[in-house]
Amino acid sequence: MRENLHRFFRAARGAGVRVSPAESIDAMRAVAQVGFADRDVLRDTFLLTLAKTQDEKRALGECFDLFFSQPEPQQESAEQNKSDDDSESGANPSADEHGDTAGGAANENIGPLGQMLLSQDRSAISTAIANASGAASLPDIRYFTQRGIFQTRILDAMGIQRLRDDIDEQTTRNPALAERLQEALNGLRGTVRDAVSQALLLYGREEAENLRNEILRNAPLARIEPRQVEQMRALIRQIARRLRERYSKPRKRQRRGHLDVRRTLRRNAAWGGVPFLTAWKRKHRDRPKIVALCDVSGSVARVSDFFLLLIHSLHEVVDDVRSFAFSGHLIEVSDILESNSPEEAMKEIMSKVGFGSSDYGNSFADFEDNWMSAITPQTTVIVLGDARSNNLDPRADILRRIGERSKRLVWLNPEGRMVWGFGDSEMPRYATFCTVVRQCATAQQLERAVSDIVATYQ
Amino acid sequence: MADTRPTASIEAVESGLAAQGYIASRQIATAVYLSQQIEKPILVEGPAGVGKTELAKAIAAWRGMKMIRLQCYEGLDEAKALYEWKYAKQLLYTQILKDKLGEVLGGAQTLAAALDQLHTFGDVFFSKEFVEPRPLLQALEQPAGCVLLIDEIDKSDAEFESLLLEILSDFQVTIPELGTVSAVAPPTVILTSNSERDLGDALKRRCLHLHIGFPEQKLEERIVESRVPGISQNLRKQMVGFIHEIRSLDLKKLPSVSEAIDWARVLVLLQANELDHEIVKDTLNVLLKYEADIEAATPQISSFIAKASRQGVFS
Repeated sequence: MRENLHRFFRAARGAGVRVSPAESIDAMRAVAQVGFADRDVLRDTFLLTLAKTQDEKRALGECFDLFFSQPEPQQESAEQNKSDDDSESGANPSADEHGDTAGGAANENIGPLGQMLLSQDRSAISTAIANASGAASLPDIRYFTQRGIFQTRILDAMGIQRLRDDIDEQTTRNPALAERLQEALNGLRGTVRDAVSQALLLYGREEAENLRNEILRNAPLARIEPRQVEQMRALIRQIARRLRERYSKPRKRQRRGHLDVRRTLRRNAAWGGVPFLTAWKRKHRDRPKIVALCDVSGSVARVSDFFLLLIHSLHEVVDDVRSFAFSGHLIEVSDILESNSPEEAMKEIMSKVGFGSSDYGNSFADFEDNWMSAITPQTTVIVLGDARSNNLDPRADILRRIGERSKRLVWLNPEGRMVWGFGDSEMPRYATFCTVVRQCATAQQLERAVSDIVATYQ
Repeated sequence: MADTRPTASIEAVESGLAAQGYIASRQIATAVYLSQQIEKPILVEGPAGVGKTELAKAIAAWRGMKMIRLQCYEGLDEAKALYEWKYAKQLLYTQILKDKLGEVLGGAQTLAAALDQLHTFGDVFFSKEFVEPRPLLQALEQPAGCVLLIDEIDKSDAEFESLLLEILSDFQVTIPELGTVSAVAPPTVILTSNSERDLGDALKRRCLHLHIGFPEQKLEERIVESRVPGISQNLRKQMVGFIHEIRSLDLKKLPSVSEAIDWARVLVLLQANELDHEIVKDTLNVLLKYEADIEAATPQISSFIAKASRQGVFS
């Protein structure tokens, strides 16, 4: 049973539940207390000891159901295994028994697998499959491309070669029996295929997902296919959640251990300077203040979706964010992003200012006229856009003033450095006034950029 | 292995808690049972008002142990959670004992001799008498064991979590001047969290993780029954059904068990026999705590009451 528990832990890891050795020891101790008699209690026990978030609980619950729905190797599996091995080498009482119960007389010279199939002993077959899976180390399966090889390995371990020989032999001698064997073999193939698929589902899920996410993270946002957009959104949400976890911790922190002499003396003046009450130094930190300007014009339409999604998540991480969207002109969208779900907010913003042709000069002028006071020396200004201003006046002077007023001015450009300055791109002119200019074309770059910005306030 | 025994003990936990007026689901009972058996703290997460703190109180009452509560907040540090030197007392004693010290050290000729003499007295001012035990140290010092409730751990700083690790895994703390203090009897530790921030893996690894969500309808009816005995069965069914309908709405703060109990009390006070539109509308502010939520729920009241009553007919 311990073996089974270990397999279950592996399956749990495959389902995305992080099971550390310490946790598996806890689980084992707990299971030793509650026993295996009551499946519900066992399930609760695993949920309590292994899963540490609600997502993990859900995943582990599914994994538990899937894992224990497969045919359990019976108690006599050990003997069964042995007898299988024995019968491999020749005639064996238990193999005979199977033959007898099947009623198929004169099957003496058929291999053990054939005997088993003919007898239609379901539990014996499933036991044999389980044993063969163990021998073929099925729990190591990671990718769906490995299904074929594992099927072959399992069938080999079960002695399919002997069965094929039997079939060839019987075709001439006893065609009816050969046909029955052939049919049974096909059935067996199906069963093994199912077992392998289930194992892939149990053990391979995490790898497959990691691989897919890795590819997506490095794919250019502008070239995401429609069917991947949903996955990409999920990925960005994941990134946002990670940012939130990392940076939403309380910012106020007392620095202990350093006596604030000035305040201590002042406080204890009443006792003639005998320091009854101590005062300690504190470290002050800037509260993050972010102003985000997001281009939503036609030229960056495919990327702006993700930009807005990320700004939306910024609103959750940082208290003081004001966001603006522009193409031909600029509007404030903080309220829209804060009061709506990301999808609704994006729709609303796009319907208000989206898809126009961009005019950076005019938009910056709008910003300066109405919201310049939002920028303080603690503010980080983020501009998300390709700096393609359709050959209109770029008004880089306004950007200079924004840069001077703010703590940092960060420009994230979805285009590669190669094309900055070509065509109507004003990037080189803007870049001189920015603290940081980054290319930001993939989800990974996006995450790094935002992470850096938030980290400067830590 | 006596397989029937654990199940029976889990039921014993359930009935023990029930005797204290805490109706536990089987999951909760399993967690409490396991935490006693393998001596692990329980980390309880879930929305506000589902009885996380109550669970600790119920366990303490059931097992007749003292409950020590540590309320976490931002900026909580070891001086307030673990122990503190009674600084003022130390200072006061040195002031009072000034003369005495002079007498004792009077014989010494040189400064070095005085210092040597002083050393022979040992750490007078850093002894047990000058330690002010805070909740965590108190919990370890209880001879009969206790229930230690560390409430709303997510409100504290990340550094504070690390401070807890030694206590949670080994039931001991280390005070540099005094050495390691081990628990006289391992306390039952319950940590609660509203998931305001994610707790560290190290902390989670040391705990059993229990998530208490909103209870199922049957369970909630039993909870209301045990807390508000005066309510009629019919009304109870209706109000719990109604609350479950409300929870299906997209609200800022969903009504939880504590609100359900409050509402049941209010309904009993108002001597209502069954739910009707008028009385629900007047008392909705007991259930919902935001104006926007009340506005969102008000148009649905009638249909929810109808649904809740229909359920009563068929069940």
